This record gives sequence, structure tokens and C-alpha cells, in this order.
Amino acid sequence: MKRKLVSVLVCAAMAATVLAGCGNKAAETTTTDTAAEETTEEAADTAASGDLIKVGIINNDPNESGYRTANDADMKAMFTEENGYEASFAYSLKNDEQITAAQKFIQDGVDYLLLSAADTAGWDTVLMDAQAAGTRVILFDRTIDADESLYEASIVSDMEAEGQTAVDWLAGQGLEEYNIIHIQGVMGSAAQQGRTGALDAMVEANDNWNLVTQQTAEWNAEKAQQIVQSVIDSGEEFNVIYAENDDMAKGAVAALDKANISHGVDGDVIIMGFDTNTWALEELLAGNWNYDGQCNPFQASYIDEVIKTIESGGTIEQKVIIMEEKGFDAETITQEDIDTYGI
Amino acid sequence: MQTNETKKTGASAFLGKMVRKQVMIPLAALLILFLFNLIMDPSFFKIELGYNSAGNPVLSGFLITILDSGSELAILAIGMTLVTAATGGQDISVGATTAIAGSVLLRVLCGTNSRPETLQAPIIVAFLAACVVAMLFGAFNGVLVAVFKIQPMIATLILYTAGRSIAAWINNNELPVVSDKTLTYFGEFIPGIPIPTPFFIAVACMIVIGLVLKFTNLRLYTQAVGINENSSRLNGLNPVFIKILSFVILGLCVAVVGLIKVSRISTINYSVIAKDIEMDAILAVALGGNALSGGKFNMTASIIGAYVIQCLTTTLYKFQVRSDALPAYKAIVVIVLVIVSAPVVREKFNAFMAKRKVKEAA
Repeated sequence: MKRKLVSVLVCAAMAATVLAGCGNKAAETTTTDTAAEETTEEAADTAASGDLIKVGIINNDPNESGYRTANDADMKAMFTEENGYEASFAYSLKNDEQITAAQKFIQDGVDYLLLSAADTAGWDTVLMDAQAAGTRVILFDRTIDADESLYEASIVSDMEAEGQTAVDWLAGQGLEEYNIIHIQGVMGSAAQQGRTGALDAMVEANDNWNLVTQQTAEWNAEKAQQIVQSVIDSGEEFNVIYAENDDMAKGAVAALDKANISHGVDGDVIIMGFDTNTWALEELLAGNWNYDGQCNPFQASYIDEVIKTIESGGTIEQKVIIMEEKGFDAETITQEDIDTYGI
Repeated sequence: MQTNETKKTGASAFLGKMVRKQVMIPLAALLILFLFNLIMDPSFFKIELGYNSAGNPVLSGFLITILDSGSELAILAIGMTLVTAATGGQDISVGATTAIAGSVLLRVLCGTNSRPETLQAPIIVAFLAACVVAMLFGAFNGVLVAVFKIQPMIATLILYTAGRSIAAWINNNELPVVSDKTLTYFGEFIPGIPIPTPFFIAVACMIVIGLVLKFTNLRLYTQAVGINENSSRLNGLNPVFIKILSFVILGLCVAVVGLIKVSRISTINYSVIAKDIEMDAILAVALGGNALSGGKFNMTASIIGAYVIQCLTTTLYKFQVRSDALPAYKAIVVIVLVIVSAPVVREKFNAFMAKRKVKEAA
């Protein structure tokens, strides 16, 4: 009896997670009843005759980060009936759940499967099924380990380029000596590797670039604050804080404020962040920070373009499409930039 | 000659008595950490009076950082000790419910606008709302444990997994940012007072719980329920109520921690706020020498245990040990603790001591 109760409650717990975590999962069940009538090979014809293009979108949980929330909102704004789409959404941070959702979308006969995979591995079979069923696959935000012939296009951020843009900007500041506090994201994530790689290479290559400390704060503002606090308490000199996201930069700045160390434009310490959160760009505009690198979450328009090209009979020449990503400098940023690029 | 001998035995008896005291376990750990720092770099103990960017006096130094950052853990250790003592299990949802409490706090402060110019409600109102919500979630855990007799770790697994999503949902997935400076007083400094506010909040919590334990029967009842639920019932106690009460008190602690955490950065990040703090809180209770299977407890030892953990964290940051290796060091502490407190080791140790005594007498 007791054991039964426990198992019931554990099930309830799981159900609660699914419900709370993926508030929009219900949308998934509202997928097309007309699936059987349509044959996907005639996708081009149906589009021409004014029917809606059916897309199944598999994304990570929008709660994961501000980036993901913006990404999801962008998708929802693009794939609407007014724009000629009939969209269904499925959310999960787990690869196996995403694969199940993908299989369901393929069975429902969607024309396009848009995928931001939780994990790079394990997608071959599903994508082959998709190919057999005539469903075209477009990857966004994240790549997977699968043959290029299995998908139409892959729209991604180049994390190495993001890091390189930031490091180039920093090199352009022309400091005599760079003593850098490097605060990393969760170790092993694509964003961390890309953003760390560029800085590591620069430190390696130049004698006047030093890492005062290199620590992971796991995207966490408080941990970043503690790391910077410990450097300040040790009395070590530094003039750059390179934080791999905005939250951690904010934590670092809190520690500086406490110790009355000036930062930002005309300050003693250069503050660098990533992800272009609106509030972070406002810090830039106010001159409290110096640089913020973009990680572009707005892939929907690129995907739309790819679909339009395919629908009108064109071919996609470049399968991997790397999005344009900017870096913002506190001295040149405008309110307009914040409104356009803030997430 | 004679007096010297009695002095010696008196001293060793005193030492033996001290060693057997529970509070010695975390104190010894703290001493080891301090000694290590003293040998490696005495500047660890330096405290300086400076000014922050707003021009207010602030104290800084590693010791201040430990007192400051360790506050949340010390507050949680209070509640966790009671839950552990009463139920013989631990609440692993405190990190997630801290996110909920913080989210409620910001929701009330910001109203429907996620970036308000002015606060929409007084901070005290928002804090009380957070307290009520956190205590309700605590009561939810408590009911599952006390009424439905579910293992505490399984019962609290529900909120552990769902809590952060609930927190995000409370604010419609938005990330409210508060620009009003008064909110930062709770996580940083009150202008003019150079000691970090979280420390005062932690001390206030300690005084309150100290008074409660001194002037009410909470300690006796909690221990009675933890040692033997059935016999406590036969003695007229209500174990269900006591267990739920311990979870509600933990809920209150969680709300206070939520206030400090949110105040530190004036915003919230649902997925990382107070991450893994539940494990540290449980570790603090264990470091305090309390039996994780419930029963008797020592509140002071738990609180010192919390500061020992923060001291370890700060020491590792100081020596630039990779912070992702931190859990490994904590694991070592746990292993040592488990081994030292294992009955087999205790027996061996007692036998060894007894033997020595016999030898001395001879």
C-alpha cells in the first residue's frame, strides 16, 4: 500500500514537471487532423494553392534561459497562420523526449520539421524516417552528428566567432597590460567552449595578456560575485572582467561596486558580457559596462527564407547558415540598438 | 608533584569531555581550515575598512566574505536541522523553493511590469507574501511526509523537479529587474553600517530559533518524534503536527534566504538561483555531527557547520582551485565524516581510549 502510494506520487511529480516545464505542450496535441489527406511530396503545390505549410517545431524548454525565451517567442511570432504556417510546438531538454516528439510530427505528416536538438547524437534513424516520409528537416541553433544529406539546412550561431569578435574588440582597446578575470559558463557547453577558446588562444600568444583567474561560475551571478570577491580580497591587480554571459558580468560588477573599484567607460576595469539582454545593453548605454556580445536567438526569419526558397523550387546551396552576430561597444551603442537587439 | 598529577588528569579529562562534545566536530573542521590558511597565507585573516562605490563604509576581507556568503546556508541549516531531527529525512527542494520565494517577492514588488521605475508594493509586504507562499510549499512537503508517510527525499523530489518551473511561471517567464536601491540593503549593506546585512539577518534568525528552543518545548517534542514516533504518540504528542511544523519552519527559512538572494543581484535567474544549496544545507547538518536518521540534534553545531562549508568554498576560491572541482572536495569531507561517525570506528576508538586509560592507571 505504502509503496503504491509512493509510486503514484512519483508519477505525479513527473507529470507536474512536464506540465509546469512545458506549459505549451498542450499545443502539441492540437496538431492537424487533416494529416492523412495530404501527401507531403506535393508541398510546393499546396503552398501555391494558398494552403498552410505545416511545421513541427521541437525546441528546448523556454524557461532554460533568457536566450531560449526570446528564441521561442521569435518562433511563435514567425510561424503563424497569417504568415502561411500551421505550427505545432514540442519542448523538452531531453533528447529521447525530443525524438519521440519528432516521430509523432513525422507521423502527423508535417511538411517541415524544425529542430533544436538537446543532444548531438542519436538522430540518424529519426531523420531517415523523416526523409522516407518526405518531411524536410531544418536544424536551428544547434547542430547534430548526422549526415548532411539528412537535413535541408542548419542555422546556427558560431560560438568561436562570438568569442573571437569579443577578443578582437578587447585587443583593439590597446591596453599596455591585460590582467583578466575570466568567468566561464558551464564547462563543456558550446557557448563556454567557443567563448573560452578565443581568449585562451590570445593569452597564449601574447605576453602582456594574463589570466588573473579562470573559473567557472556556471552561468550563476552569485558564484561570479564570489570569484571576483576572492580576487579582490587577495589584493591582486586586474583590469578586465571577461564574463561569458550577462548574469555573471552583473555578479562581478556587484563585487566591484562593493570594493569601490570603478568600471565601464573611463573606469579602471573593462566589463565584458554576452547574450545582449536588454538590461545588459542598458548598462552599456549608461557606461557601466564596456562590451556585450550577441548570441543571436532570432533564427525564425532565416528559417522562413529557407522554406520559401524550397517551396518556390529553389535549392539551398549553403547548408550551414551562420547567423550574423554583433558585438556592442558602450561608446557607440544607441537606444535603437537596445530596442532591436535586446532580448 | 601530586598537584601536578591531578592537574594533568583534570586537563585530560576536560579534553576528553570536549572531544566528546558534538559541537567539536565542526569546530575542529573550522580550526583545520583556519590553520591551513594561516600557514599558507596569513593575509586570509586581514580585514580592511573601505568605501563602496556609493561612498558608504564597508568592511572587506576573506573572513567578512565568509560571514556574508555563509548567511544563507546558516539560515537554511536551522530549518534543515529541525526537519532532519523530526522526520529522519532531508528536504531536497529548498533550492527550488528559494526560487519560488524569490519569484513571489519580485512579482509583488514589480506588479505586472517586469521593469518598474518604482516599487509597486512595500518590501515588507512582498516579503510577507513570499513567507506565506514558502510556508505553504513547506506545509505541502510536510503533509506528504507526515500524513502520507512518504520518504522525505521522495516527497520533496516533487518540488525539486517542478519548483524552478513554478518559479518561472509565477513571473510569466520574465526576468524582473528592480532598480530601487532599498532592495539591495538586504543582500549588501545598509548605508553607514560596514557589516554586510545578510550576517545580521542570519544572527536574527539564530536568536529567534535560540529563544524558541529555550522557551518552548519544540526541541523536546521534535527529538521525541524523531527518536520514536510511536512512543511519542503514546505520550500525548502529535507527530504529524510536529513534522509538518518542522517543514513550515524550514519554509520560513527558505523565504528569508529568497529575500537575501534576490536582494544580492536585484533580479532572479530561475534556473541557477540557490542551485545545489540543498546539498550544502544537508552537509551542514551532517558536519554538525547530527544523525541524519533523526532524533537528537545540536542547532549550534549545524550553524557552525554551515560556516565551515562556506569557509571551505572561500578557501578554494582563494587558492584558485577550479570551482567545478569544488563538489569533489565536499565529497571528501562527507566521506571523512561518514567514516568517523560510523559505529564500527566509534567502537574501535572507544576501545582504544579505554585501553590507554588502563595503561595509564597501571
